[in-house]
Amino acid sequence: MMRENLSRQLELLNNELIEMGALCEDAIASAVKYLSTADQKLLGNAAEAERQIDRQEREIEDLCMKLIIREQPVATDLRVISSALRMTSDMERIGDQAYDISDVAKNIAPLKVGGEIQIYDMAEATVRMVTESVNSFVTKDVAAAKAVIAMDDVVDRLFDAVKNELIAAIESKSGKGELYIDLLMIAKYFERIGDHAVNIAEWVIYSVSGEHKQRPQS
Amino acid sequence: MKAEIEIANVENDDTKIREIKNKEESTEAETLIDVKNMNLWYGDNQAIKNVSIAIPKNRITALIGPSGCGKSTFLKSLNRMNDLVEGVKIEGSLTLAGVDIYKDIDVSVLRRRVGMVFQKPNPFPMSIYDNVAYGLRVQGVRSRAQLDEAVERSLRQAAIWDECKDRLKKSALGLSGGQQQRLCIARTIAVEPEVVLMDEPTSALDPISTSKIEELALELRKNYTIVIVTHNMQQAARIADKTAFFLLGELVEYGDTNKMFTSPSDDRTEAYITGRFG
Repeated sequence: MMRENLSRQLELLNNELIEMGALCEDAIASAVKYLSTADQKLLGNAAEAERQIDRQEREIEDLCMKLIIREQPVATDLRVISSALRMTSDMERIGDQAYDISDVAKNIAPLKVGGEIQIYDMAEATVRMVTESVNSFVTKDVAAAKAVIAMDDVVDRLFDAVKNELIAAIESKSGKGELYIDLLMIAKYFERIGDHAVNIAEWVIYSVSGEHKQRPQS
Repeated sequence: MKAEIEIANVENDDTKIREIKNKEESTEAETLIDVKNMNLWYGDNQAIKNVSIAIPKNRITALIGPSGCGKSTFLKSLNRMNDLVEGVKIEGSLTLAGVDIYKDIDVSVLRRRVGMVFQKPNPFPMSIYDNVAYGLRVQGVRSRAQLDEAVERSLRQAAIWDECKDRLKKSALGLSGGQQQRLCIARTIAVEPEVVLMDEPTSALDPISTSKIEELALELRKNYTIVIVTHNMQQAARIADKTAFFLLGELVEYGDTNKMFTSPSDDRTEAYITGRFG
């Protein structure tokens, strides 16, 4: 194996991305738990995770720039580095949206919802999408990445169901209009997080196989 | 209503841009040099093994591969420079615009149509003017006006006119390495060849001169078909439309340069271009 330094740096990049993915999982988990418990410590965790994610994004960007300048990567190396740059943008957005969820949740936590408002089902499904997209990156598993993309339909259906229930609830004039609007915003953040997990999965597929649905083969 | 019209205009522009882009992409250049099942031996040593490749007109094709892979041998075969090597044997079909270059064309005519620029600049020990006019004089051109015109045009095309227009009668050996190489390119294109072969034309040059030669190659591509051997991956990535990867005399992979440098099809290409070869 030649280019030992490049290989070491790519290994470092891999580890940094895994760490950033784990931070995203923490950020969402903290936000969801805060929503259900109103535990102030968890609110702090979500804010701290968001700050760490931003820092991690800058570090990964610096590392990628350094690799591009010094190593002039091509082929798989180039795809891994360009994918890393795109994935970190999606992860950074996930961090922001997890924080936004906890911010909106300040008004309504601890939230106990039952029946048709499946907000915690949405939370569970999006957390799983983020976790699985990060895992597919760690294992370079195209099939796992494709499974994440397929899961987005589940989240989208849940979002539509939650939205319809909330519309019905608002129309019933229960006097909880503000709660329902906050819940709709949270549901929308989860739906967006699912979209970012799909983006991550698409970049995993590109970095492994060179195929990207929005990047036709040149 | 106004907004609708504006949107319609934007859509038209978009469509136009898309059409132009599609046209550019779909206009596959016609093949100028067509090589089929080529084998070449130096004595008992087979240097080229069953290579088939279609080199497009008015495009830059880069040949890459480790030392001894056969890329320079292949390049030299395109204007029969290998004829001079003792014990060389060539099989297969090599055609230039449909004409078999080993059977149906005189070698001096072939070399006028297929010029070559070498690794080390090799200006003749004569004036800049005489260097560029050399090929035309060999062809029998005697008219002063015709020679003047060809010398200026070639030096301009080779992007060296401004640097040497006031010293045309001075010795070419007084030029810098980079200028000498551009002069050699001017000398090559003075006889208006169809193809310019370049064998590592920048490996002896500094980065600024290298960059000038690369810019020049991109400019010349409009009028000439260029085949370039390079050890510099980034150079191939920067200037070549098509790239061919040779290994141990075989053509391992040949295709669009962008594709080759982002998603090569063959593991051996990947290993070589990422520097993990061997």
